[in-house]
Amino acid sequence: MTTLPPATDKKLGLVIDLDICVGCQACATSCKEWNTGGYSAPLSDHDPYGADPSGAWLNRIHSYEFGEGAAAKTVHFPRSCLHCETPDCVTVCPTGASYKRVEDGIVLVNPDTCIGCKLCSWACPYGAREYDHDDGVMKKCTLCVDRIYNETLAEEDRIPACVRACPTGARAFGDLGDPDSDVSRSVAARDGFNLLDEFGYRPVNKYLPPRKTSVPLDLSETPPPETATGTTAIEKLFAWVDRTLSS
Amino acid sequence: MHPAYSVIFFTVASGAGYGLLFWLSLAALVGAMPGGRWLMVAGMLLALALVTFGLLSSARHLGHPERALGAFSQWRSSWLSREAVAAAATYVPAGLLLLLAAFGGASAVASFAALLTALGAAATVYCTARIYASLRTIRHWNRKDVVWIYLALALASGGLLFCLLLALGGHALGIAGPLSLAALLAAAWLKARYWAAVDADPGAYTVEMALGMPDLGTPRPLDPPHTMPNFVMREMGYSVGRKHAVKLRRGVLLALFAVPAVLLALSLITGLSAPLLVLGVLSAAGGLLVERWLFFAEAEHVSQLYYGLQRA
Ligand code: SF4
Ligand code: SF4
Ligand code: SF4
Repeated sequence: MTTLPPATDKKLGLVIDLDICVGCQACATSCKEWNTGGYSAPLSDHDPYGADPSGAWLNRIHSYEFGEGAAAKTVHFPRSCLHCETPDCVTVCPTGASYKRVEDGIVLVNPDTCIGCKLCSWACPYGAREYDHDDGVMKKCTLCVDRIYNETLAEEDRIPACVRACPTGARAFGDLGDPDSDVSRSVAARDGFNLLDEFGYRPVNKYLPPRKTSVPLDLSETPPPETATGTTAIEKLFAWVDRTLSS
Repeated sequence: MHPAYSVIFFTVASGAGYGLLFWLSLAALVGAMPGGRWLMVAGMLLALALVTFGLLSSARHLGHPERALGAFSQWRSSWLSREAVAAAATYVPAGLLLLLAAFGGASAVASFAALLTALGAAATVYCTARIYASLRTIRHWNRKDVVWIYLALALASGGLLFCLLLALGGHALGIAGPLSLAALLAAAWLKARYWAAVDADPGAYTVEMALGMPDLGTPRPLDPPHTMPNFVMREMGYSVGRKHAVKLRRGVLLALFAVPAVLLALSLITGLSAPLLVLGVLSAAGGLLVERWLFFAEAEHVSQLYYGLQRA
């Protein structure tokens, strides 16, 4: 059913800390590895080692630069489905294949009923859905619905593959509908924010901003490089070479 | 947005088909259809062929056309589903109207079928337009006048076909001539207004909003997330059309509006309708295909803010 549930029991989602993400792509790779064999299987690639590779991935890691000179800042920026509370990607679907679960708020595509019309991807402002040309259906982040409730996995593995893989701990998973959960606490403590809040889809996933740099860099105080000096013959020789090369 | 040829053909062909269906039903309703039963039958067959060709072409663009029946299920929320329902439902009165025209029958039933066909045709085009107009992610589409333009273009292209049909049957165009001309001019006015409006609208969303950290200033893409364009860039980031937009828009104004309008007016004056209207229909068809191509190619999608677009 592509009408949205008025409320969901939980709001499962991710919190991504942009302060410590290093843009290593481990989460994207791990996501691809799990999901090409899991709920969304396959995640097809075309010409993967050729001149024009393309393929369905559910998590994309951008890097952006802000500011100029000494104040410049690099921010690595993972982007995947935000499991919005009021997204049109669900309501535009003609078949009911795109839906939001009442029990945990996860937005899913049913691969058995999707007709591959692509309309849901047009309705997503975050570019979070990718069409699989081989499979003929729409693919998107499932929040690893086939891991988080999977009792055949060890307890510590029952989290999304991206969270499990992140080497820096930049990704956290939990119930953002519960104000006492760890993820909700970190959002409150760090001024977590929504992407494109103005659009009004009310994303569940939150981002934590980069911390303010505590010591401002002042490039003018950088000392000049050392020059070679000395009294012995060999030191004088090096000093002469240094002067000659520097001039 | 990437202009998929199947969708361009679908909207152009089905728009003209439903437009023609609308004119034929109106003529049948008011009893003004000249030429006995066979002109009506020929017209209905042409209209239904255009509509069916369009629908098949749009089904071809699906990843799983064999599951298309599922698209009738979500009419509560989805304009695409409503379009499917309206299109299928229109076949019922239209088929009845065709049978009654071919074999004769109670005129009250025919009038009722004609009324339902006209309503169904208008409703289907309306639903098609709403699919686009309801997408808030695309400012070029998310506009009230998009719906009016779709309706006016269906009426104008269907009107041209209706006039051509009358002329080929050797009949005077009568009131259909001026009415089609009026629809054509109305569509031209709406489209010119639309272009001026989308050009003046810078877009409500910025790259700063997309990343959600306005304090940091304006982001510049540093490392892309993938080495070659992905689905989102190929589908939503098509920008080739914008380069030639000015020339192509002029072409549309000429081929879709000016040439058919002049030819229609000439055929009204000279009475030499058939050859002029053949040219007019061909010119309008070419113009409509370019108009629909531009409708997609010029449309900017909010997701492209993550890929270097500054506003959308
Ligand atoms: S991020 Fe996009 S695909 Fe995910 S729920 Fe929101 S609108 Fe839908
Ligand atoms: S592509 Fe599939 S999930 Fe998306 S709107 Fe079409 S049928 Fe629904
Ligand atoms: S694995 Fe962690 S650090 Fe690496 S790109 Fe993903 S979120 Fe960033």
